[in-house]
Amino acid sequence: QKVSLEVLDHLEHLALVDFRDLEGVERLQKAIQFADQLHEVNTDGVEPMDSVLEDRWCLYLREDYVTEGNCTKELLENARETVEEYFVAPPG
Amino acid sequence: AALKDWLRSQVSAALKEGRVTPTELCQRCLALIKSTKFLNAYITVTEETALKQAEESEERYKRGQPLGILDGIPIAVKDNFSTAGIETTCASNMLKGYISPYNATVVQKLLDQGAVLLGKTNLDEFAMGSGSTDGVFGPVRNPWSYSKQYKEKSVPKSHSEDKESNWVITGGSSGGSAAAVSSFTCFAALGSDTGGSTRNPAAHCGVVGLKPTYGLISRHGLIPLVNSMDVPGILTRCVDDAAVLLGSLAGHDPKDSTTIQDDFKPFELPNLTDVSKLSIGIPKEYHAPGLSSEILALWSKAADLFKNAGAKVVEVSLPHTRYSIVCYHVLCTAEVASNMARFDGLEYGHRSDVKDSTESMYAATRREGFNDVVRGRILSGNYFLLKENYEKYFVKAQKVRRLIANDFVKVFRSGVDILLTPTTLSDAAPYTEFIQEDNRTRSAQDDILTQAANMAGLPAINVPTALSERGLPVGLQFIGRSFQEKQLLTVAKWFEKQVQFPVIELEEVKRHDNDVFQHQKSASFS
Repeated sequence: QKVSLEVLDHLEHLALVDFRDLEGVERLQKAIQFADQLHEVNTDGVEPMDSVLEDRWCLYLREDYVTEGNCTKELLENARETVEEYFVAPPG
Repeated sequence: AALKDWLRSQVSAALKEGRVTPTELCQRCLALIKSTKFLNAYITVTEETALKQAEESEERYKRGQPLGILDGIPIAVKDNFSTAGIETTCASNMLKGYISPYNATVVQKLLDQGAVLLGKTNLDEFAMGSGSTDGVFGPVRNPWSYSKQYKEKSVPKSHSEDKESNWVITGGSSGGSAAAVSSFTCFAALGSDTGGSTRNPAAHCGVVGLKPTYGLISRHGLIPLVNSMDVPGILTRCVDDAAVLLGSLAGHDPKDSTTIQDDFKPFELPNLTDVSKLSIGIPKEYHAPGLSSEILALWSKAADLFKNAGAKVVEVSLPHTRYSIVCYHVLCTAEVASNMARFDGLEYGHRSDVKDSTESMYAATRREGFNDVVRGRILSGNYFLLKENYEKYFVKAQKVRRLIANDFVKVFRSGVDILLTPTTLSDAAPYTEFIQEDNRTRSAQDDILTQAANMAGLPAINVPTALSERGLPVGLQFIGRSFQEKQLLTVAKWFEKQVQFPVIELEEVKRHDNDVFQHQKSASFS
């Protein structure tokens, strides 16, 4: 079952990465084929696992106090195109 | 004394007693890095800052106030950890020239203890790969390629040029770090481990490679690959050193909400003499297709070693092992698709000159910045995350993940303390052979023995065990219970003592470097 051109286009659009050539598309086909092996496993009644730390319930919220920041200068330094304190993207 | 003759503990003692100064040590390591440049282990060598750090360390020793046992110890860090003021590239065009504005927590911790950062080590691009061959700065060469042990076993060729193409890979993706430790240019290095990226090169380079329990060491500043599996890895020349590094790095970090909140107490490893209370599990599924008969024999020998010493050795089963690679493939590509979305050229990193629109700029930037491996994974990941595929692939993989993790829980609950498995399917392949298969195939093959530990978040360690028939290192892996690093390392240390893995005998390699090279064992500077 081959991936349709429509889906290929959609993927390029979503990923903002292109397949470049036939090889890229074939690579995807192989990846899907490989992944299909998952369906051999019986997962009836099995809950998906998000985190290995689920028992410890690690993901907590902290108090909403500002503890750091004021690093505008450092953050802008790494961008190629900036205007004042803005990152600049091409229009459109 | 030669750098190669010193374990970190001896260096620490020597520093404290003033037999060597931090600057001398730093200079010798830097000189060795220069003369082993052909290994391509380092992307960036931070000579100036290293010497400055060494000088500061020296001042502290003079005052009798070293910060701790890591004060003055030269270390290296994989180039996917953020280092303030120092280029962090992930071996990708996307981040060439990117200067991190901050230190990763683990880097900060090492610096706070006075460690001397020699440089950033080479890797597969964005840590995707199992050879350290797919980065933009070229492949890393395994130091053992130049060892007396390997050369003695090599089939003699008619032309000396052919020896050049005989070099073997380090494994990956933390190959640079493994090579750096293996060739004595530093006493410890940081790697990362998502599917085996610390343990695999550790096995091929004959060094100790520790993957800690997920949640023990902060990932803040480690440029993420798979957030639910990544961990910083530790590479050292002996198990005791790994324990020392672990002690200085582990613990809750408010900046990484996936680190556990429990207090971590650094520990010293006891010298285990009585293994009779230990139960070692041998998972039969790790007798994987493609496992070399050599490694199988070594694994068996190791099991006997434990048995003869009085430990209980039992065969166990982890039935879903063979699906861990497929599961990883889906979860990894999905998380990668998400993690790589941040690279758009706007805030940092490479930016394309294309100006037609924001979207076309993003697309061009990503086309120019990422290699095929990265792009391939992003596309696959996006496919598995499509609405029509989400349940079928992503959620399905998450369910299989639970089954894999449960396999381990069951085995540990049955009374097994530690699992003993091979780390790799064979010894290091020659580069020319390795590159004949594509990255995805290689990763799928090579990760098979290491990946499941990441799936389940368990601690695992590679201990160099013996040399193969080709004169190359082979290691064995121990997998422990969650957060039971002390037990894991104690057993690993016992095993290390039993096997007495040989020291690498690095031959002179004048052809590769213009500097005058000592005629003795290459690492000696008397």
